[in-house]
Amino acid sequence: MATKMDTTAIGGCNPEAAICTRGVTRDFQAGQQTITVLHGIDLDVKAGELTFLVGESGSGKTTLISIMCGILWPTLGEVKVFGTDIYDLSDDDLVEFRLNNIGFIFQQYNLIPSIDAASNAAVPLIAQGMDRLEARAKAVAMLEKLNIGDQADKLPNQLSGGQQQRVAIARALVHEPRLVVCDEPTAALDAASGRRVMDLLREVAVAEDRACIIVTHDNRIFDMADRILVLEDGKVTHDGKDMPEDH
Amino acid sequence: MIWIAIRMLTGDAQKFFGLVFGIAFSTLLITQQLTIFINLLERGASGVYNVSSADVWVMDPVSRTTDVAYAMPSTALDKVRGVPGVEWAVPHIRAQASVRTKDGDLEGVAVIGVDDATLIGLPKNMLEGSIDVLSQPDSVIIDDVGMTRMFPGQSPIGERLELNDQRAVIRGIADAIPSFTSTVVLYTKYSQALNYVPGTRNRLSFVLVGAEDPTQAKALSEKIERETGLKAQTREEFARDGVDFIIENTGIPLNFGITVALGFIVGVAIVGLTFSLFIRDNIKQFGALKAIGVTNGKIRRMVAAQAGLVGLIGYGLGVLGTVGFITAFSSDPTFKGFYIPWQIPLISAVAVTVILALTGWLALRSVLKTEPAAVFR
Repeated sequence: MATKMDTTAIGGCNPEAAICTRGVTRDFQAGQQTITVLHGIDLDVKAGELTFLVGESGSGKTTLISIMCGILWPTLGEVKVFGTDIYDLSDDDLVEFRLNNIGFIFQQYNLIPSIDAASNAAVPLIAQGMDRLEARAKAVAMLEKLNIGDQADKLPNQLSGGQQQRVAIARALVHEPRLVVCDEPTAALDAASGRRVMDLLREVAVAEDRACIIVTHDNRIFDMADRILVLEDGKVTHDGKDMPEDH
Repeated sequence: MIWIAIRMLTGDAQKFFGLVFGIAFSTLLITQQLTIFINLLERGASGVYNVSSADVWVMDPVSRTTDVAYAMPSTALDKVRGVPGVEWAVPHIRAQASVRTKDGDLEGVAVIGVDDATLIGLPKNMLEGSIDVLSQPDSVIIDDVGMTRMFPGQSPIGERLELNDQRAVIRGIADAIPSFTSTVVLYTKYSQALNYVPGTRNRLSFVLVGAEDPTQAKALSEKIERETGLKAQTREEFARDGVDFIIENTGIPLNFGITVALGFIVGVAIVGLTFSLFIRDNIKQFGALKAIGVTNGKIRRMVAAQAGLVGLIGYGLGVLGTVGFITAFSSDPTFKGFYIPWQIPLISAVAVTVILALTGWLALRSVLKTEPAAVFR
């Protein structure tokens, strides 16, 4: 098993990298104390791979993923997503960048309870300004791809947990983003269900021109990753196809 | 996104109806109380409004309203008639009296004596009978407040009254605007009124004047003041004085003001609390929307749309409630002639807008402060 601290060229981003971070550091204030959660992270994430970001609670993986997808400013360092230095963008441009380029699958789905599954899935398209009915039609097509087309008219509370997750996946993919970020997709599922979700994600979210990052600490699915990045105390301690043996 | 915002709001029926109720209740309280207040204030000018033909009212300099008047000597009438520009001038007496019905009930009434020859001083319209009935002996015309209060459910026509120990017969019913105190009013001829009210040396309350050029009523009133030493006011001025008298000498502006303020505060409390709860319940969804790429500007518009919807429905219901209230009580003399001036719904709309802007802003703050990254925690 290979363990690589960082395989990319330090000081410059590989132009083919989907995501490139250089020297990403993040501090948080806790009263008078400054806590450094990330210590100068340098890494590249390639498109067409299912990349796992793995670590114990408090290792900094949520902070790192938040910075990588443009919702949390790093204290230091730069982040390029498909060649765009996202923290050089203005606030509005960064929001628009997220809307057009990133799909989110949240652990708790965060579906809007009063609109049906198709409308939930259509939210990114509606936010982009697409006509609601047109957006809904596209969302229904995505739901059909995820095998829950027949649930399109149901409210989230009329769906099972698994169906809700599929709606959340549809919402993350409906606008064809180039980066998909998935937070603990299997945390609340049994082993078999977790593997089915991962199969589904690999089928629909991984593409040649799309990067897919999954934050997880579920060791039942580590074998499904194309690449695993292990984070410990704010540093990448492992980068490889498999988990290190001591984990 | 507006559609999503509206669905988010209406999907939570409990809070949606709570918000609508809060706004409707506030609107109803503000609109209804202001309507009653304004109409009651205008009752302070009812004595003037009931005499539509007089362009100028002439009175003793200390007189203030139709009900607070100091009597003048009868020579005042001739003085006024001698002023150039006066087309006609007639005497007008207003006095308090006690009346006893045939059943023995006692009622304080206002006796208004109008010019014997022209009957100028009577209300414009009659509900029953004609103004000519005053030519019959001991005739009085009662206003509709008196009819309802003294003769509920029966016609007062032909009824005899003991008016300050003298006989009076009701022969007509006037369609008059009630006074501020809703006092029963009996109209009779000036000469007859002198018999009914206790005698003092001076008994002429007002001289009602018609101007040769009604558009120059103000100039005429100034000329009358200069040439007679009496106080003369145009119809509009004297009506306003009646309203001002109530504002200055009663507690109703304060009382109604307190009620209107309470309506506003209750609105802020109910809507603010409910709105905050609604936003708090949906904070994760708003956070997710922000992470996905919905700008703060769009979030603001979403909350504004939610507030706007609640405002429109609540405000509409509140104003409709007020209209319903006024309509339902329109047959009651206390509320006779009540109307909703257009300014009042406008004031309510401003109040509702302020309530929603304030509560919406408070609720919105928590959404705008929410870090998109919070959705990963």
